[in-house]
Amino acid sequence: MKTLKNMSKTSKTNFATYGMVIVVFAVLQLLGSDLIQRGGVLSPTLKGQLVPICAYVVMALSLNLTVGVLGELSLGHAGFMSVGAFSGTVAATALQNVIPSPGARLLAAVVIGAVFATVAGILIGIPVLRLGGDYLAIVTLAFGQIIKSLIENLYVGMDVNGLHFDFLENKIALAQGGKMIVNGPMGIPSIQKLSSFTAGFLLIMAALFVIFNLTNSRSGRAIMALRDNRIAAESVGINVTKYKLMAFVTSAALAGAAGTLFALGQNTLVASKFDFNTSILVLVFVVLGGLGRMWGSIIAAAALTILPEALRQFADYRMLTYAIMLILVMLCTNNPTLKSFFSSLAAKVKGSAKKGKAKGGEGK
Amino acid sequence: MSFLNNLINGIGLGSVYAIIALGYTMVYGIAKMLNFAHGDVIMVGAYVCFFASSTYGLHPLVGVLLAMAVCTVLGVVIERLAYKPLRQAPSLAVLITAIGMSYFLQNAAQLLWTPNPKVFPAFFTLANPDGTSRTGVDLFGGQLTVRFTTIVNLLVCIVIMVLLTWFTGNTKMGKAMRACSENKDAARLMGIDVNFTISITFAIGSALAAIAGVLFLSSYQTLVPTTGSMPGIKAFTAAVFGGIGSIPGAFLGGVLLGVIEIMAGAYISTQLANAIVFAVLIITLLVRPAGLLGKQVREKV
Repeated sequence: MKTLKNMSKTSKTNFATYGMVIVVFAVLQLLGSDLIQRGGVLSPTLKGQLVPICAYVVMALSLNLTVGVLGELSLGHAGFMSVGAFSGTVAATALQNVIPSPGARLLAAVVIGAVFATVAGILIGIPVLRLGGDYLAIVTLAFGQIIKSLIENLYVGMDVNGLHFDFLENKIALAQGGKMIVNGPMGIPSIQKLSSFTAGFLLIMAALFVIFNLTNSRSGRAIMALRDNRIAAESVGINVTKYKLMAFVTSAALAGAAGTLFALGQNTLVASKFDFNTSILVLVFVVLGGLGRMWGSIIAAAALTILPEALRQFADYRMLTYAIMLILVMLCTNNPTLKSFFSSLAAKVKGSAKKGKAKGGEGK
Repeated sequence: MSFLNNLINGIGLGSVYAIIALGYTMVYGIAKMLNFAHGDVIMVGAYVCFFASSTYGLHPLVGVLLAMAVCTVLGVVIERLAYKPLRQAPSLAVLITAIGMSYFLQNAAQLLWTPNPKVFPAFFTLANPDGTSRTGVDLFGGQLTVRFTTIVNLLVCIVIMVLLTWFTGNTKMGKAMRACSENKDAARLMGIDVNFTISITFAIGSALAAIAGVLFLSSYQTLVPTTGSMPGIKAFTAAVFGGIGSIPGAFLGGVLLGVIEIMAGAYISTQLANAIVFAVLIITLLVRPAGLLGKQVREKV
């Protein structure tokens, strides 16, 4: 009990976040299990959404590292997801005979997806992070578009001789029994589903672990110092490029892993799935959840992935409703009157809680 | 000759990008926000002109004026309702609101005008003596074709740029705009109505978007509710490319972007044309971080 009291506020929040994810996972597992399934608690649509939700949660966490912790706006995060998705799926297909166990193959695919996204992150990060503000945003947007265009022209085939790659035109001559894995603009025609809700849960936990350990380390404090005041941070000897790159590349790697998880939960995949709109979607999760607040990102990503499905009864109006809700939420959360009202309310609640404690005489 | 043809087509497309980019650049310069809904204002303008000329049979020029009027009102209303309350808010909140606005316009258009593509009429044609119509003039015995749209695009673009340069440089309102983009608080102390100035900027930007929408669609002709988003992104790229906040920069950026896009499509690869455009943008920004004609602002410590 004492250790819990002495814990810093950050660690408390972090453990609460882990706890929240575990509890939600356990509840959903219970609801989804065959015991209660007959009651129809969890609709099949929602069940099918679980893996994408996990992938989007990891995406939101990863982007929150760039936008919230590093303080740089990225509008091309779906590009990293795309790199992870395609490299991971190719790896999963190629390793079919090498690693028979689906779980181990998924793990290998996620790791490979993350590695490829890391490489992309380094390649993009080194030139790009010299820019700042809106210029960085536009360059990440441009990179997102470039990655999409490149993948749309990529052809990968597999036969007994191994993997064959081609670009722009499909000139791959496959040996007998070979098949195309990635088919240019048509994308990946068939994917063996490997992802599961449990795998998604584990990836979220891993992402949280990586992010919390990074932000609570010496490097993490350096990154946040850069965000708060770059000039001051530089003057005390913090290496700007190194720490910016560290956060950016970690974020890219997580996005790649999320991409692989997402792709291996789909039947087919095209590169245009990961366009500018997807990047924006994830950015909306991060901003609505709160910059730098990981638990906020998780809730926002999950809620906003379910919301369009839940609004399905409004049929044609659902995206319109979504847009209006987005604008209204932004207007309300930034309204000075509402803001001061909520902060005074929070202060009152806190104050009365303190009073209650003092009356209870627990002391100390 | 095919090189010249491509160059001319590129300039024609680039002029439209330049007009959109001028709107982007003005709004960014003064409100310091990325107005993602700008591309969708283009789409609204195009729809208004389409219905005016196709359904109601009005003269195209009337259609353009109508589209400009509707877009001006739309731009000012958007600014009042969605952006003005967020003047003091962090820039990310404004960005998300702008994105929300963009979704709103796209989906509203989908509901109002259905997602079915509409064929936009080609306005700039000349009747031949035998009753058929021509879309361009042939030079050098048919080796070089200059489409009328290209000529109109370029002319309109140059006129707009000259007018805007004159406006921002010489009128009281233009000076107020420049003052606001330098420092809003100081401008307010000098008695400038900052909110009104920003509204006027949005009005001008949106009117330009309407013109650009009509010009773009009379070359590309397929009108759907998402028509505006790609030219919007491209024009934004053009504005950054030329140096955001600078009027000649937006013009130069737009024209260069159009030429690069057409040339890359013709000589390198059609599928990679967009990728090449963006790659050129990245390289330019790495060499000149403020764009081609942007002001290099030194950081104050």
